[in-house]
Amino acid sequence: MSLENCMPAWVKRIGLGTVVVLFVAGIVFWGGFNTALELTNREEFCISCHEMKENVFKEYQNTVHYTNRTGVRATCPDCHVPKEWVPKMIRKIQASNEVWHKLLGSVDTPEKFNAKRAQLAQNEWKRMKANDSQECRNCHRYDYMDYTEQGNRAARMHPQAFTEGKTCIDCHKGVAHQLPPIDQHIGKQNEGGVEISHGEKPKEEGK
Amino acid sequence: MRLIHALALSAIVLLSGAGAAGAGEKLLSERGDVAIDQQSKVDMFRPEKDKDTIPRNYQKQPPLIPHSVKGYNITQNFNKCMDCHSKERAEETGATKVAKSHYLDREDKKLGNISPRRYFCMQCHVPQFDAKPLVDNIYKPATKRGE
Repeated sequence: MSLENCMPAWVKRIGLGTVVVLFVAGIVFWGGFNTALELTNREEFCISCHEMKENVFKEYQNTVHYTNRTGVRATCPDCHVPKEWVPKMIRKIQASNEVWHKLLGSVDTPEKFNAKRAQLAQNEWKRMKANDSQECRNCHRYDYMDYTEQGNRAARMHPQAFTEGKTCIDCHKGVAHQLPPIDQHIGKQNEGGVEISHGEKPKEEGK
Repeated sequence: MRLIHALALSAIVLLSGAGAAGAGEKLLSERGDVAIDQQSKVDMFRPEKDKDTIPRNYQKQPPLIPHSVKGYNITQNFNKCMDCHSKERAEETGATKVAKSHYLDREDKKLGNISPRRYFCMQCHVPQFDAKPLVDNIYKPATKRGE
């Protein structure tokens, strides 16, 4: 039996050579696409824009996710780009809007950035709330938290919040970047600023 | 006459003592024998671990902060302390509620919410470190009226 006989009709029609070339081209294309995508998924890429480097990256350098006791750190995409393929593609497509605003220069000075901070922060909070803080939980998993190792306050609040169905971002806002003006009802300070919720309070039964 | 003798003697002792110290010993400051361009060890203290409320040392003492405040910033935009200790949040977080005195302005007039002059919590309420006092403290609080 020759090779000719076991080939499907369509392979015979376009020729075995073409099929092999297309197959290799597919691998090269996919590999190239993935490499290019991963190049945009690095901290160096993110802070190659001065919008990021001069604002959010500077603030982030004072936080525990940048510098800490053990030297384990989170880079920009660890928190801001989903790891799963489909959500990652969706987020990357949405990011074309960010490229557009880079061209417009919407946040190209700290003053402009701070003027938009409330909106930008709320967008990200909304995204994280919607996916149950997936990017936090890629590293911080509830199931493996040892409450005896946590401080008194964390050990008390974590189980309580999880039972109430809360997610990380409900309480942990502003852990990596500065917050926009938040109305905390302290005199006139930040009156009319963003009101933050700490997750919905569970409805009491029988009410 | 005896008094004058005693004064003169003590003056001589003091002068000679001071002279000897000036010649032989080096004056040590509280930061120890570390050159000014080197880092002294005073920065190496660690915040104390979380614990229960620390009893006050005297009446009306601003309560001490019994937990680490690392990364807890008070900025123009956000007061991290008030994220747990405010009237609205204290019940849920189990934190000590802001005292009623913090709602008064300087004329003792009660305000609807916290007085802006109380914004910088850590001007009065201080976190604790494992630093030993440099000198012994023998302070005793005055007893309460009627005790």
